Amino acid sequence: MSDHSNHGHDHHGHHHGHDAGGSHGSLKDYTIGFILSVILTAIPFWLVMAKVLPPGTTGYVLMAFAAVQVVVHMIYFLHLNSSAEHGWSMMATIFTVIVLVIMMAGSIWVMYHMNANMMPGMDAGSDALHGAHDMP
Amino acid sequence: MLDQIDLTKLIFGRLSWEAIPFHEPILLATFAMVALGGLALFAVLFKYKMFGPLWTNWFTSIDHKRIGIMYMVLGLIMLMRGFTDALMMRTQQALSFGDGQGFLPPHHYDQVFTAHGVIMIFFVAMPLVTGFMNYIVPLQIGARDVAFPFLNNFSFWMTAFGAILVNASLFVGEFARTGWLAYPPLSGILASPDVGVDYYIWALQVAGVGTLLSGVNLIATIVKMRAPGMDMMKMPIFVWTSLCTNILIVAAFPVLTAVLAMLGLDRTLGTHFFTSELGGNAMMYVNLIWIWGHPEVYILILPAFGIYSEVVSTFCGKRLFGYSSMVYATLVITLLSYLVWLHHFFTMGSGASVNAFFGITTMIISIPTGAKIFNWLFTMYHGKIRFELPMMWTVAFMVTFTVGGMTGVMLAVPPADFVLHNSLFLIAHFHNVIIGGVLFGLFAGINYWYPKAFGYKLDAFWGKISFWLWVVGFWVAFTPPYILGFMGVTRRLSHFEDPSIQYLFQISLVGTLMIAGGIAAMLVQFIVSFMRRKELRDWSGDPWDGRTLEWATSSPPPDYNFAFTPRVHDNDTWADMKKMKYVRPTTGYQPIHMPSNTWAGFVIAALSGILGFGLIWHMWLLVIVSFVAMMAAIIIHTFNYKRDYYIPADEVAATELAHTRLLESHV
Amino acid sequence: MSEFTASNQAEAGNAVGDASRYYVTEHHPENGTLLGFWMYLMSDCLIFACLFATYAVLGRNYAGGPSGAELFDLKLVALNTAFLLVSSITYGFAMLSAHKGFKSKAILWLGVTGVFGLAFLSLEIYEFVHLIHEGAGPQRSGFLTSFFALVGTHGLHVTFGVIWLVTLMFQVGKHGLTVENLRRLTCLSMFWHFLDVIWIGVFTFVYLMGTLP
Repeated sequence: MSDHSNHGHDHHGHHHGHDAGGSHGSLKDYTIGFILSVILTAIPFWLVMAKVLPPGTTGYVLMAFAAVQVVVHMIYFLHLNSSAEHGWSMMATIFTVIVLVIMMAGSIWVMYHMNANMMPGMDAGSDALHGAHDMP
Repeated sequence: MLDQIDLTKLIFGRLSWEAIPFHEPILLATFAMVALGGLALFAVLFKYKMFGPLWTNWFTSIDHKRIGIMYMVLGLIMLMRGFTDALMMRTQQALSFGDGQGFLPPHHYDQVFTAHGVIMIFFVAMPLVTGFMNYIVPLQIGARDVAFPFLNNFSFWMTAFGAILVNASLFVGEFARTGWLAYPPLSGILASPDVGVDYYIWALQVAGVGTLLSGVNLIATIVKMRAPGMDMMKMPIFVWTSLCTNILIVAAFPVLTAVLAMLGLDRTLGTHFFTSELGGNAMMYVNLIWIWGHPEVYILILPAFGIYSEVVSTFCGKRLFGYSSMVYATLVITLLSYLVWLHHFFTMGSGASVNAFFGITTMIISIPTGAKIFNWLFTMYHGKIRFELPMMWTVAFMVTFTVGGMTGVMLAVPPADFVLHNSLFLIAHFHNVIIGGVLFGLFAGINYWYPKAFGYKLDAFWGKISFWLWVVGFWVAFTPPYILGFMGVTRRLSHFEDPSIQYLFQISLVGTLMIAGGIAAMLVQFIVSFMRRKELRDWSGDPWDGRTLEWATSSPPPDYNFAFTPRVHDNDTWADMKKMKYVRPTTGYQPIHMPSNTWAGFVIAALSGILGFGLIWHMWLLVIVSFVAMMAAIIIHTFNYKRDYYIPADEVAATELAHTRLLESHV
Repeated sequence: MSEFTASNQAEAGNAVGDASRYYVTEHHPENGTLLGFWMYLMSDCLIFACLFATYAVLGRNYAGGPSGAELFDLKLVALNTAFLLVSSITYGFAMLSAHKGFKSKAILWLGVTGVFGLAFLSLEIYEFVHLIHEGAGPQRSGFLTSFFALVGTHGLHVTFGVIWLVTLMFQVGKHGLTVENLRRLTCLSMFWHFLDVIWIGVFTFVYLMGTLP
């Protein structure tokens, strides 16, 4: 009977692991991805530890590098492409990224305004000295 | 001796005999009724030896139809508790003026309105909506089950154990007194040190996991398991709305999970997410919880819109008008629901520019819903309308929900909202859209699909009594709050000083009693229908001359749904098949591969419930033990690779031929 | 009852009228596990989004306590990042071996991945203990609360990933590289790489930008 259930499983996975979503990489893919990731990690660390650029600029450069490395991971490690799962994986990812951006940008925008209007005396980034700024 | 004290603390945490409300007569009376009812049920089950079949055929079932029915039963039972809360509140508010204090002290009243909201949203509306999607979607797409049947069973039990935790709070400890969204700092450890908010957090975390996994399940089902030929634009509209609902679930519920976890950490570990000192920000909670909260209300309404689409086209004998625009409207609503959340807290102080943005997006989101209403109206136009109960509920929805939607657009204007926020006007608005939109849709769906699930129609007479009591009762109950809110009365109050407005609360109570009558009539409807089931029998599987694939099966459908997977050529597939004089095949049946029942879902969910209870009461030993047991159960389950069986071909043939003969004998 | 067996499959197509236009005799829907798991990962991504948003709002609320610049040891973070990145590629090697059918090699590479995962976790636990010891625990300020929540949640995910990995090593050892086990390995692969993606966000947004004034 144990054969029966294995047979049943093969019955459904008739292509050995090759369902529409089962794209897998090659040694080349993983190596390229790894090397790119190392570079895209090393440079940000260097920029911060060696204080190469002014802080504001550094912030934007770091975010750009992170975004690129995320894409590298998606392509070379997660094998995400527009044909995986008939395009549903890509659509789901894009939708998630949109929601993520709305959540983060929205929250930052909203909370910045809330803090400015509703938390008088608390400057962003400073250690608050509550005693000196009591509300009337 | 010191060791002994530590051991008691370790085992029992902060649970003690004081947690049992011996001194609260209302709770003692409730407990007595529940205990008696429970014992009676137990006795019946014992006498008819139903425990075995209940476990084997229902609790361990991975069949989407049985799971769907269990969700409906859970939702309807919790409706009784949620409605009792409503009745208690209305009565208290009608009585409590001036010197009269009513019968509910504030301490108790606050728990009642909190429990009412939590139960109605999470344990009535969500299970009922999920139950429908579970039952109907696989049938409408021509599939045999959902993509992950075991996960489906597990999801149900997680929701059920969340409900059990909420009900436990009635008799062991107390519930939160913070309102259904538990804003800090009121819900923080300083203002609410008791177990109430912890019950809230853990009941929702447990149920939330179930809902999220159900969302993943149904998306995979709709994407992967449609019958050949059923392209996306040939799916029934109910399947489209279910797809969008489940996308919203997968995208929104993680936010709830994260926020409640953060609140829990604040309460248990003393962190500073939402505290008033050391860098916390309570407004961030409100922001995040509504990022979940707004998509949540669309999760509730979209399936109802899907039900209305099915009902209108069936009972007007016409294809739905504007199928493409319905699809696009649904997709637009799905995306836009993420851009409006701030309208729930216009008054919290984000300022004019932020408020203006969200006010505009809120008004924009009403447009696709308006488009849908027009599509339903155009479907009815020149149609042969049959006013069976599902259609009656749909017409009631169109009138009721439209009014509610309009008051929503009023509230979308920030300066107006500054006057109306947290007033009874707001209460009236959201009950208007939830009852008029979601609940009427669920009742339409119940009357529509009941014959499919149980093999006999519901009694129309008692259904109509329930309908009229509900619809009239709703308007009598909720028009006064619109007036009172407009005049400035605040929500969640248990006592009032101004006797000149008391009559409006009394009118509202009368309406609530009418609704109670409507619920009673519905229960009578179920009982009478069961007693009359032979007369009301649905022998054909298609009692309404339906248009979609679920009506191609017998009532109830066989375990495997379809002996042969349907091949789809057009929208309204079953209507197409009937028009082309489709004949049921009589030969060529194959053995059918089916998943087996399993204990694992129930056990893992039960352990989660126990884990939640331990976390609430700080019973750390229980927490560790139940967590380890849960992990063990999960890992053991994954070592089980033999989860299927085959229905032999001759059994399939016998079932199918029996139905074919039944159909032929009635011609 | 022989008329109802599979040998009559041909007949079914010739049944009355063109009824076969409306059904197929055998239908095997595509397996949905990989898509379903990807959906779950998207939901997990949004849990992290919530935590990132909270860090964005609370991340400068030092409450008179220590800031990121004072606390973060970037060399340690770089080492941890290296551990995780290497573990990603060793998992990749495990998948390549698995798809070629080399069971022992696959299990070996899984083991190596697990070792790097545990190294990552040990270093992170060391960091947390050190911070708490210095009075910079999660109860100290909004900044530290959100830091511990975000990094800690990531660490918890890695922990569950390691438990899953060990379980799979046993299951592959016992049942071999069956279709089901390959599917499970693919799911864990997606999970593991996804955690590395989240870590990119963590080291950039929390550690590196948190060190900037």
